[in-house]
Amino acid sequence: MATETTESVLGEGDAAASGMPQLDFATYPNQIFWLLIALVAIYFLLSRVALPRIGAVLAERQGTITNDVAAAEELKLKAAEAERAYDKALADARAEAARIADENKAALQEDLDKAMEKADAEIAAQQEESESRIAEIRDQAAANVEQVARETAGAIVAAMGGNPEEADMDAAVSSKLGGRA
Amino acid sequence: MAETGAEAGAGGGGLEIKPMDQFVVQPLFSDGPVGMFTVTNATLWMALAVACTALLLVMGTRGRAVVPSRAQSVAELAYGFVYKMVEDVSGREGLKYFPYIMTLFMFILMANSLALLPMSFATTSHIAVTALLAAFVFFGVTILGFVKHGAGFLGLFWVSSAPLALRPILAIIELISYFVRPVSHSIRLAGNIMAGHAVFKVFAGFAGALGLFAFVPILAITAIYALEVLVAFIQAYVFTILTCVYLKDALHPSH
Repeated sequence: MATETTESVLGEGDAAASGMPQLDFATYPNQIFWLLIALVAIYFLLSRVALPRIGAVLAERQGTITNDVAAAEELKLKAAEAERAYDKALADARAEAARIADENKAALQEDLDKAMEKADAEIAAQQEESESRIAEIRDQAAANVEQVARETAGAIVAAMGGNPEEADMDAAVSSKLGGRA
Repeated sequence: MAETGAEAGAGGGGLEIKPMDQFVVQPLFSDGPVGMFTVTNATLWMALAVACTALLLVMGTRGRAVVPSRAQSVAELAYGFVYKMVEDVSGREGLKYFPYIMTLFMFILMANSLALLPMSFATTSHIAVTALLAAFVFFGVTILGFVKHGAGFLGLFWVSSAPLALRPILAIIELISYFVRPVSHSIRLAGNIMAGHAVFKVFAGFAGALGLFAFVPILAITAIYALEVLVAFIQAYVFTILTCVYLKDALHPSH
């Protein structure tokens, strides 16, 4: 049934009967006419609306990308500059700190030197005083030894039954002790 | 009706497959003969190709977004694809003809793709359609060549790099090949689309006749369908790039 209807449609041209609807020339004017309309429609759609629009969008995007890349480049430069400034500030601060430390050290050294000098002087003065005291004490001790020796010698002479003369005793003791005193 | 014809034929016991019935041009609203202005299934599917082109390239790019939507990305992809093809193959002067080439590409691509829908009609399987497209290119390019270069366009056939004795022979060969161009240009497209769709119908007829083992032709149809999706694009691409090559010959006829 369906086969019959198709055949009746096909039966219009000799070529169609051979099984190739493509060769049914009776349909050519129809197809060509509608194809022309379709092509013209697409052509106007494209050339008037679509292609200029897409072209503009692509150009705009290209522009945006170029701008963004340039902006990024600029920001990068700025960042590098900021880093340089930071590094410089850091170096300056370090140098300043080192300078202050050196200054303090020098001041401390000076104070220390002064204190040391003063202490040395005091020590020297005390030593001198001590030495003079020691000398005094020694002289005194030597004098005491002479006195003791004289008295002892007097006592010995008296004990031996003599009558010691003061002057003789002194001379004898002095001569005996002469090497030392 | 073409489909029902094939199915009825296959379902009726014998293996009566009519793979070509799907290509019959029929009036949509009447049973009368197909006149020049009759609205036919060819009209419908061409109109759908126009509508899909408009949907993609006009509606899809409505936002004009710098960061594109999905439809806009596809539209830009199609634009860039053809634009670059024209620029690469035909040179910068060829870009003047970019809208024409884009028209051809979009029509063929959309018609080929829409033809892959079930129950659809393959407009580009018809020689009448592809021959007109190829004739446009052929005459357009030939006229353009003569307008741009006058008689110098004939230098296309005079291979100046060949030995002088060979040149007349080469000129004849070149001339013949030049006139064969529109034939191969149109038949390549129509033949590919027609063959693919006929194969669908043949396998569908097998599926109807095999009963339980119908899954074998159905699997085959699935595989062929994938191939045909590829063919739909590739044939549009081939038609377009050949147009660009012919355009290049018209713009720079010297070898």
